[in-house]
Amino acid sequence: MSEQNNRQEYWRANLKLVAFCLSIWFVVSFLFGIILVDQLNAISLGGYRLGFWFAQQGSIYTFVVLILFYANRIGKIDKKFNVHEE
Amino acid sequence: MDLKILTYLVVGATFALYIGIAIWARAATTKEFYVAGTGVHPIANGMATAADWMSAASFISMAGLIAFLGYDASVYLMGWTGGYVLLALLLAPYLRKFGKFTVSEFIGERYYSKAARMVAVICLIVASITYVIGQMKGVGVAFGRFLEVDYHTGIGVGMAIVFIYAVMGGMKGITYTQIAQYCVLIFAYTVPAVFIALNLTGNPIPQIGLGSSMADGSGMALLDKLDMIVTDLGFAAFTAQKWSTLNMVLLTLSLMIGTAGLPHVIMRFFTVPKVADARTSAGWALVFIAILYTTAPAVGAMARLNLMETIQSGPVGSADGNMVYEQRPSWFRNWEKTGLLKFEDKNGDGRVQYYNDKNEEFATKAASFGWKGNEMVKVDRDIMVLANPEIANLPNWVIALVAAGGLAAALSTAAGLLLAISTAISHDVIKGMISPDISEKKELLASRLAMAGAILVAGYLGMNPPGFAAQVVALAFGLAASSIFPALMMGIFNKNMDNIGAIVGMLTGLLSTLLYIFWFKGWFFIPGTEMAANTPDNWFMGISPEAFGAVGAMLNFASAYVVSKITPPPPEHIQHLVEDIRVPMGAAKAQADH
Repeated sequence: MSEQNNRQEYWRANLKLVAFCLSIWFVVSFLFGIILVDQLNAISLGGYRLGFWFAQQGSIYTFVVLILFYANRIGKIDKKFNVHEE
Repeated sequence: MDLKILTYLVVGATFALYIGIAIWARAATTKEFYVAGTGVHPIANGMATAADWMSAASFISMAGLIAFLGYDASVYLMGWTGGYVLLALLLAPYLRKFGKFTVSEFIGERYYSKAARMVAVICLIVASITYVIGQMKGVGVAFGRFLEVDYHTGIGVGMAIVFIYAVMGGMKGITYTQIAQYCVLIFAYTVPAVFIALNLTGNPIPQIGLGSSMADGSGMALLDKLDMIVTDLGFAAFTAQKWSTLNMVLLTLSLMIGTAGLPHVIMRFFTVPKVADARTSAGWALVFIAILYTTAPAVGAMARLNLMETIQSGPVGSADGNMVYEQRPSWFRNWEKTGLLKFEDKNGDGRVQYYNDKNEEFATKAASFGWKGNEMVKVDRDIMVLANPEIANLPNWVIALVAAGGLAAALSTAAGLLLAISTAISHDVIKGMISPDISEKKELLASRLAMAGAILVAGYLGMNPPGFAAQVVALAFGLAASSIFPALMMGIFNKNMDNIGAIVGMLTGLLSTLLYIFWFKGWFFIPGTEMAANTPDNWFMGISPEAFGAVGAMLNFASAYVVSKITPPPPEHIQHLVEDIRVPMGAAKAQADH
């Protein structure tokens, strides 16, 4: 029973983390790179316009950081709920 | 040294390396053959995944797409990288925990249905075969241009090399070869980019060079200069958006979920020792992919700039502002020989005018200069990366390296796809359906024979490419996005998803996507059978056939959900299975069961 509860709690914590990461994934690519590209292009980043930079550079860097961040965080959550591998 | 001899030496050395690795990493068991004994370090697996993923299209075609599409090509950059976020967060760790060999095996067991497994196997084989044709073509082209051998001989040599290390080593041999291939291809891609960035901007890092100002003393940002040059000739600005926003969003989404659903990529995550490794390995894969994908925009933009400035060497409209055809550089001559670059002196002035004659306003202006139409009647996008080192006057060894890199990219992807196909045949069809009692030794033999057969089929199709070869890549992504990805995701995240719901969903996604693609591209791509012309006015809400995979996936999710509500829930042991794959604990046990 408590084992069952613990697993459900763990799953909820995981879903929360996934939702957080996916919202950033959406914001940097779809929102900054496509939907708001014209507005962001008014700002410049060196020789780049910001919207263009997000679409061709920034979103990709964010994706990399996002996966490594998720892997690190969920690793800690695994330990907290004691469901990690030996 | 002569370029041809040098190229033979460099390519020959890389091939010797791949074969050496194959002999060292032979597979003795089915587990080694299918999943490399699940003993691959996550960073090594990440590197192999990157080589597996980055195909001839990524290496050769992508920068060319960026050069000519400009900002709109961002959909490919974001689509083909963002898929890894979905893979790492939603699929890879859970499928690794499940601990079996193939994607279809998961679908078959999770939905307790051979029919579901069969649908998955068919999607997988169709997606992989269409993809592998493109790789074989890439091998043929690279051999043809750089080693000056016949296209068919080129494919033959490529097949022989893949045959040696894939049949011998299976996943184990392929994984270690791919690591070597990654190193070759990334070095070959970045070296010319560094030289060119340094030339144009004074900054050796292409990613920063692209956002720097020109080193020609004008102080103008490179991207602004490029925008100016192309708009002065009537083309759309490089950084401007040309496609509709909805289409860009859906195309990006389709490529992302298609990437996450491609079986040959997912399979790679079965090779790591632990669930936690599957997560970090996806991150490492994307690190290695991002090195190429963030360099590509710089390569594309700078190649376009160099190309435009070579041809339009002076002010637009001035009498001597255009390159004299007889004084064209040697790369121009070389590529003319291949037919991928074509010039026609329409106004007979002996100079080359390259401009957008479809832009009416500019065409009138051009007529006042005495120009009679765009004279660069063919500029194939695919030559941009291959011609780049020559355009920038780089030494011969760099050109030889690019040839070896293109071959590494094509061979590594082809091997991964062939493994996905042969595993599907020997493990899902033969062991899973026809004769479940087959011995380990016989299954290993079957998978080797299936691999050999798959190589022959791929080689044949590469030599005799069906006319629709270029179109089918869209089909591969559409299939993976609309059928495989939703079925896998619901299998993990929705405990109550049952067999009927999943099958209805897969078929709905698959058929709606196929219907939409065939509607505009012809039934089974047969020319003349289109139901409507493939133009934006005819598309449903302006959605292109390539972008429809995301809509197909949504239809899949929706129909599966509705059906699962009105049909009986899955049996208890399946619900336990789902609960079990959601936690990493006990992964080693799950793996020992098969």
